[in-house]
Amino acid sequence: MNILYDERLDGPLPTPDRTALLHKLSIRVPDLQILHTEEALKPYECDGLAAYRTLPLLVVLPETIEQVQRIMQTCHELNVPVVARGAGTGLSGGALPLQQGVLLVMAKFNRILEVNPQGRFARVQPGVRNLAISEASVAHGLYYAPDPSSQIACSIGGNVAENAGGVHCLKYGLTVHNLISIEIVTVEGERMTLGNDALDAPGFDLMALFTGSEGMLGIVVEVKVKLLPKPQVARVLMASFDDVEKAGLAVGSIIAAGIIPGGLEMMDNLAIRAAEDFIHAGYPVDAEAILLCELDGVESDVDEETARVREVLEKSGAIAVQIAQDEAERQRFWAGRKNAFPAVGRISPDYYCMDGTIPRRELPGVLKGIAQLSEKYGLRVANVFHAGDGNMHPLILFDADQPNGLETAEALGGEILELCVRVGGTITGEHGVGREKINQMCAQFNDDELELFHAVKAAFDPKRLLNPGKNIPTLNRCAEFGAMHIHRGELPFPELERF
Amino acid sequence: MSTQPDHSQNRPGERCSTATEAALLEQVCEALHEARPLQIQGGNSKAFLGRQIQADPLDTRSHQGIVNYDPTELVITVRAGTPLKQLEAILAEQGQVLGCEPPHLGDNATVGGMVATGLSGPRRPWSGSVRDFVLGTKVITGHGKLLRFGGEVMKNVAGYDLSRLMAGSFGCLGLLTEVSMKVLPKPRHERHLVLSCDQSTALQRLTEWAQLPLPITAACHYQDQLYLRLEGGEASVQHFADSLNGTALDPVFWQQLKEQQLPFFQNPKPLWRLSLPAHAGQLEPSDDCLIDWGGAQRWLKTDLPETQLRDIASQLGGHATCFTAGVTAQPFQPLPPLLMRYHQQLKAQLDPKGIFNPGRMYSDY
Repeated sequence: MNILYDERLDGPLPTPDRTALLHKLSIRVPDLQILHTEEALKPYECDGLAAYRTLPLLVVLPETIEQVQRIMQTCHELNVPVVARGAGTGLSGGALPLQQGVLLVMAKFNRILEVNPQGRFARVQPGVRNLAISEASVAHGLYYAPDPSSQIACSIGGNVAENAGGVHCLKYGLTVHNLISIEIVTVEGERMTLGNDALDAPGFDLMALFTGSEGMLGIVVEVKVKLLPKPQVARVLMASFDDVEKAGLAVGSIIAAGIIPGGLEMMDNLAIRAAEDFIHAGYPVDAEAILLCELDGVESDVDEETARVREVLEKSGAIAVQIAQDEAERQRFWAGRKNAFPAVGRISPDYYCMDGTIPRRELPGVLKGIAQLSEKYGLRVANVFHAGDGNMHPLILFDADQPNGLETAEALGGEILELCVRVGGTITGEHGVGREKINQMCAQFNDDELELFHAVKAAFDPKRLLNPGKNIPTLNRCAEFGAMHIHRGELPFPELERF
Repeated sequence: MSTQPDHSQNRPGERCSTATEAALLEQVCEALHEARPLQIQGGNSKAFLGRQIQADPLDTRSHQGIVNYDPTELVITVRAGTPLKQLEAILAEQGQVLGCEPPHLGDNATVGGMVATGLSGPRRPWSGSVRDFVLGTKVITGHGKLLRFGGEVMKNVAGYDLSRLMAGSFGCLGLLTEVSMKVLPKPRHERHLVLSCDQSTALQRLTEWAQLPLPITAACHYQDQLYLRLEGGEASVQHFADSLNGTALDPVFWQQLKEQQLPFFQNPKPLWRLSLPAHAGQLEPSDDCLIDWGGAQRWLKTDLPETQLRDIASQLGGHATCFTAGVTAQPFQPLPPLLMRYHQQLKAQLDPKGIFNPGRMYSDY
């Protein structure tokens, strides 16, 4: 099933009059930058999910909240769908444009409005890069905790839309845990604040609802984030294992010892080799798995925890435990992990990154299942894993130039996600559903649950103009997906063990 | 383990796991059929909070028990009618705690009530709110369906985050039957101290300390005394405690603070809670005021007019809630009209017949 918008499955879309829209926008929003020629639109035809591309009807690049309000009023009046986009680094096609819709690019909202050390917050425009917030706060000894791998490029508005995570989530939470308030422009162009300057706000927690809503409920135009005091020290241990299962069990043992590491990452042999070839991080290329465990905080506590974690790792059967001796070595250990995706990109013409999350105890079974699926489809899979919070990133290696190359990788990916759901996990931990996982949503939620999601949408956008077709599949799509999937009442690959 | 959804037919009870859950679903379906509003209640420990409404009571307490608990996953799944005491005792056996340190405010507090009211204890500013620890829920909706949202994993961005929306919604969006919460290991080491210090100095020091990586996990000020709880590794707690020159405090203080049992709360004047930015400074006028949450939660015993309290709170970027029943017809801070409109629209979509606690938060929905 192609994932581009399909009116038969995703519902009818209005067909806007492009000329009338251009005319009206130029009158209503006089100083607005509008892109409309094919060569100007081309760079915006996809986000980080580059396998899928659509030229938008128009691209608009507002600079002020008032402009966003007038754009939304105009589009609402003329029934024009609107897809919001931040930095375009999303991996699930959440900012994939619509041929019949305006692409609202928030890149010009790139100012940090306030860094307040007394209040420990930063007030920023949505186009500000994630890392830029921490950089602007460092002089005060503060930082912004969520750190998705794309943090040098991704924007905070996109982070809110996707509820972005990163490697430090187990200890410091997701985007939703690190917001104070957000400013929203509604589909009708009204402006409202969700949350306030205190630790809670009256009424329903709409800020939590909007976080991760993938631009389907409103447009984020300003964000106030919580800043944290920078930990005094951070130390990294690297443990090698001759068996993936032992590594998985070691993760549980660390937690059971009452320690919440700042970061806890696992890589399997294929990922280790790829990263080592690329970065020369000093990884043991013969290990079946490595664990990277970062402990941060006050120096004396970190020393104590390092000793405890070392003991736990050794008891768990690690064949070697190394502690980064200095900051340079710590950075090198992390560089291998943070560059695991491009490293895998060097050993395969293409790769496809999954984002399923599972209860950690299911790890050995799921890895076994992935290995079986990998063999079944004849495609290699490298496993990179936020072990602390159960978020897996299997990387499927494929060649898009081969006949059905992408389709085979997607089918394998789909099965991995369904496996995650079967063991009590989810199809996406931090990348979002977007268009990419729209079909797998049918595996995680039943019709009634999807209907309730559509009801939430209707409360904020009854005309379905905000990012239509993303995040929540229609029941039609699920019916078709189910029919394709359960052929004559049989699950595909019935011989595979179901966990 | 989750049930695989079935798209070939709609079965309202597909997600039902126990007879007690099925019974709750049946009660809701009957109420829906008769368009008869329900007043959801657990142990009634927080019934005084919010607007008082007249509706048929629906008691959740038959639906109790732990569904799933694996300490190494840091997650517990529990039925809504479970006594909060029981949940905390089970976690304590494994050396774990609820990071939001929820107030019980009565002997019979339930897990459902904790989530519905969203109230968090002294640890809130450092550790997180009830909402922050909610990972998943099962909810009976205003369409008469039992549905599952979120799950037992730390990271989950599939679909809208309806689980966290349930926290603090006072039962107005559906009947919670089950919740999965993230839990935390009990801190390794703790110290409890009290220092003599006036309010203005205390607020200033708290603002400064908040910018440093210090092991503070509770901070309260009342009548020239600053009460601190330090938790973490032994050395860091020791080191900070040594720098403070305070005297030892009985840890029962935090329990009494959380449960509103300190002498301050005995004052017969109405109790107001002002939720403010921690660095807001001293309040003018400063009536009888107890500061919790390192400055972010101010309790006032006061006869000041409601409008004045609301103005003070909103001008500082926060809000005011009346915690004494019968003092005002509108205990929660009124919402701006636009925000209220979206609240009503959301309520109308999720509870179209208006059967779940209508009017409990605001007269508008």
